[in-house]
Amino acid sequence: MNNYELMVIFTPVLSEEEYKAAQSKYAAIVKENGGEVSHTNPWGLKSLAYPIAKKTTGLYWVMEYSAPSSFNEKLKTQLLRDESVMRHMYTVLDKYAVEYNAKKKSGVKHSVTEKAEA
Amino acid sequence: MAKANEIKYLTAIKADKRPKKYCRFKKMGIHYIDYKDADFLKKFLNEQGKLLPRRLTGNSLKFQRKVSDAVKKARQMAILPYVTDLLK
Repeated sequence: MNNYELMVIFTPVLSEEEYKAAQSKYAAIVKENGGEVSHTNPWGLKSLAYPIAKKTTGLYWVMEYSAPSSFNEKLKTQLLRDESVMRHMYTVLDKYAVEYNAKKKSGVKHSVTEKAEA
Repeated sequence: MAKANEIKYLTAIKADKRPKKYCRFKKMGIHYIDYKDADFLKKFLNEQGKLLPRRLTGNSLKFQRKVSDAVKKARQMAILPYVTDLLK
């Protein structure tokens, strides 16, 4: 079991219900395959830094989960098959990343106050 | 008349010392760099959205690699642009 983080950009043409349905669909896939969803965060509509598939906005969704390492291949096929997914990426979270995410969830802003001018 | 470049000193004049650069991640005890935090990553980019060298940021090699990985992830997910003008 490893900790992962999945970020998906859905097409902005999805309605509110479809967006929610897609989220629960992928959360269900994780659970079916013996994984566990620890946190989900729908960012909602956000403008993209550059157009993807001729769209300038996207519906972002971030999910943290733990799953066996063989699971990501299955998830990938599902995501690639899905027409509403414009882009996806999963990241392996190390112990520091998990700590950071837990801190962020509890509302503590990470203390990066001092910034040397680059 | 002695010209300015002909003046010789017995002891070399000390040029004002620059403050030593440091790795902010090591100093602040940050271990993880979040690719989702665009505003933070922008501190390591120039106007065109290119990564700044370690020479300017002072990052240690370990964290410069982590910064660059995070920036590249952010670019993939359209959080940061690949090429642009006037990023800041």
